[in-house]
Amino acid sequence: MYRYDKFDSSLVAQRVAQFRDQTQRFLTGALTEDEFRPLRLQNGLYIQKHAPMLRVAIPYGHLSSAQLRVLAQIARQYDRGYGHFTTRQNLQYNWPRLEETPEILALLATVEMHAIQTSGNCVRNTTSDPFAGVAADEIVDPRPWCELIRQWSTLHPEFAFLPRKFKIAVTGATRDRTAALVHDIGAQAVRDAGGDVGFRVIVGGGQGRTPMIGHAIREFLPAPELLNYFDAILRVYNRYGRRDNKYKARIKILVKELTPAEFARQVETEWEHARGGPGTVPDAEIARLAAHFPDPAYRDFPRDSVAYRAALADSRPFSRWAERNVHPHKRKGYAIVTLSLKRTGTPPGDATAVEMDAIADLADRFSFGEVRVTHEQNLVLSDVLQNDLDALWGRLKALGFATPNIGLLTDIVCCPGGDFCSLANAKSIPIAEGIQRRFDDLDYLHDLGDLELNMSGCMNACGHHHVGHIGILGVDKNGEEWYQISVGGAQGNDASLGKVIGPSLAAAEVPEAIVRLVDVYVGHRHADERFIDTVRRLGLAPFKERVYATAH
Amino acid sequence: MRQLIKDRAVVDDRWTLLRDAAALADVPDGVPAIVPLALWLARRDDLSARGDIGVWLAPSDDPGALAADTGALPLIAVDFPQFIDGRGYSIARLLRDRHGFRGELRAIGDILRDQLFALSECGFDAFALRSDHDAHAALASFNDFAGVYAATTRTPEPWFRRGPSSDGCPRQRTH
Repeated sequence: MYRYDKFDSSLVAQRVAQFRDQTQRFLTGALTEDEFRPLRLQNGLYIQKHAPMLRVAIPYGHLSSAQLRVLAQIARQYDRGYGHFTTRQNLQYNWPRLEETPEILALLATVEMHAIQTSGNCVRNTTSDPFAGVAADEIVDPRPWCELIRQWSTLHPEFAFLPRKFKIAVTGATRDRTAALVHDIGAQAVRDAGGDVGFRVIVGGGQGRTPMIGHAIREFLPAPELLNYFDAILRVYNRYGRRDNKYKARIKILVKELTPAEFARQVETEWEHARGGPGTVPDAEIARLAAHFPDPAYRDFPRDSVAYRAALADSRPFSRWAERNVHPHKRKGYAIVTLSLKRTGTPPGDATAVEMDAIADLADRFSFGEVRVTHEQNLVLSDVLQNDLDALWGRLKALGFATPNIGLLTDIVCCPGGDFCSLANAKSIPIAEGIQRRFDDLDYLHDLGDLELNMSGCMNACGHHHVGHIGILGVDKNGEEWYQISVGGAQGNDASLGKVIGPSLAAAEVPEAIVRLVDVYVGHRHADERFIDTVRRLGLAPFKERVYATAH
Repeated sequence: MRQLIKDRAVVDDRWTLLRDAAALADVPDGVPAIVPLALWLARRDDLSARGDIGVWLAPSDDPGALAADTGALPLIAVDFPQFIDGRGYSIARLLRDRHGFRGELRAIGDILRDQLFALSECGFDAFALRSDHDAHAALASFNDFAGVYAATTRTPEPWFRRGPSSDGCPRQRTH
């Protein structure tokens, strides 16, 4: 993992001191609410329904066990004993006190963490592949590039007050696990014929109330030019992005209004001034950053574990868990394990302080002391010996993190919704639970296979409902909570946006509607065809018909 | 006289900001004045002969319109109608880095002490702090941070060229 040097530490400490002073000036009336709001937002502090909400940055989703223990300590000491892992690989606390937030930030700084730019109209925490550095399908390790971007974007003085928030995803694998196509910038690391690293640069994707798939404005950007090119994109956006209407202020609207070709032309013109200049990243710098991400002390195995294969054959529950929650590792004899934070009855993405401590212990015991956060709100142990999988599974079962549902219908991506969030139009957590209860037959769930269900409590789309194979959006109709169902969204390399299938439904009707959608799939699927592929083949009509077959 | 922060000190401001001047008649004689870009562009010859005229830009103005004037103008001001409108930061960098302006670059409008550090990194050297803010207390905000990572106008070399150390570089993880 990246470890701070003195400069990194001093900036985070100075940020804490600055925020302490700003909070003090607000509490004494020297700063007005309007003046304090953008400042606190840039330190991750929202004022929510019940209390402030503090969002802590987990840079590109990587945590050490020591950091996770401090997150647990904060949950225990300053919150109500739990935290919520978000769809942007961060962690949110729902119950801190405003006066105590400087103390929380100071505590985070002791383990090289912060809440800088986790909200506000600035460059946010960079999203990356939770399998970075270990994925079997990796072309380029994105972590040094993510850290480079973290540093460049942190306190970037030109871009502290953008028209709107700005989210960057970096992926270096064949399969995109970052939802790069629905970010303000998606950077896909590639190699040219000569083996040199470059980036395919996608701009203008996003969710929210106007969802869009991003456009590739450059197929191959030489890697050393990454920050010069990002500066050019941000400058064009900062100058020309709309500021008259916050709902039209994201870069996707500018790209659409200009056309992607014209936007690209302006970026390239701006880039020409910076190209080859001081912002060009020397190979030595990337090597320096890469040295922060060495392989752990792997053991050499000539082949995959025989004992693991035997255990798979031995136990159906174990093999079912392995089938969904274990992914191939780049090294023989190792595996990547996803811990499901989606057991029925617990809000998706939530973990208690006790659970965080327990996971930190498992990371130390089984995975070289590191944990990753996925944008689907699960956790990952990235370097587990195949020989240890059986033992780890036993521990995870005891903790409730072994639900074998990764990528299945009950692995619901879900925002905190109306129970916590003041933006929400409707609750989301109880709806998710209702669906999970309806689909409690594991054999059936596994038979259904890959099926991503995402839910947001409002059109800000924190629950990524636009890219769910099935999406649910909470809407307000005359003060009542209703739910709009969409079908056909997808993340990844062939990302698409779901389409609404009809009038919104009452909360109690949602689980039955999901059952009907699934029934149509089961009735029409070809062998081994995923839900999303059946939808793409058939179109929406049969799904729509079945859901609305009788009056709701 | 109104107070101004210039080169990190509180000084008296000898310039008069003319927000609405539309004609030469709106510009008083014998007083150094900052005029809108439109008036400057319309009456450049008359105004530049005086030698005590500066120009202010709105966030939507193109700093390139002053490309030919940056050598001669003693002062350019950039307006921030609201402090959350960040266009002026890019305008400042373009004036300094691309158009070679070396005179006084002044931030005007909704300028709060919490923006001083970033404004300064982007090339501003003068700040007409909002009148309800204490300019002397605000000076401390220039030292909010020891520096920045990104290449900026004030710090043209990014952190990775200024010598990051490998102090923090971790050893290989073992169980």
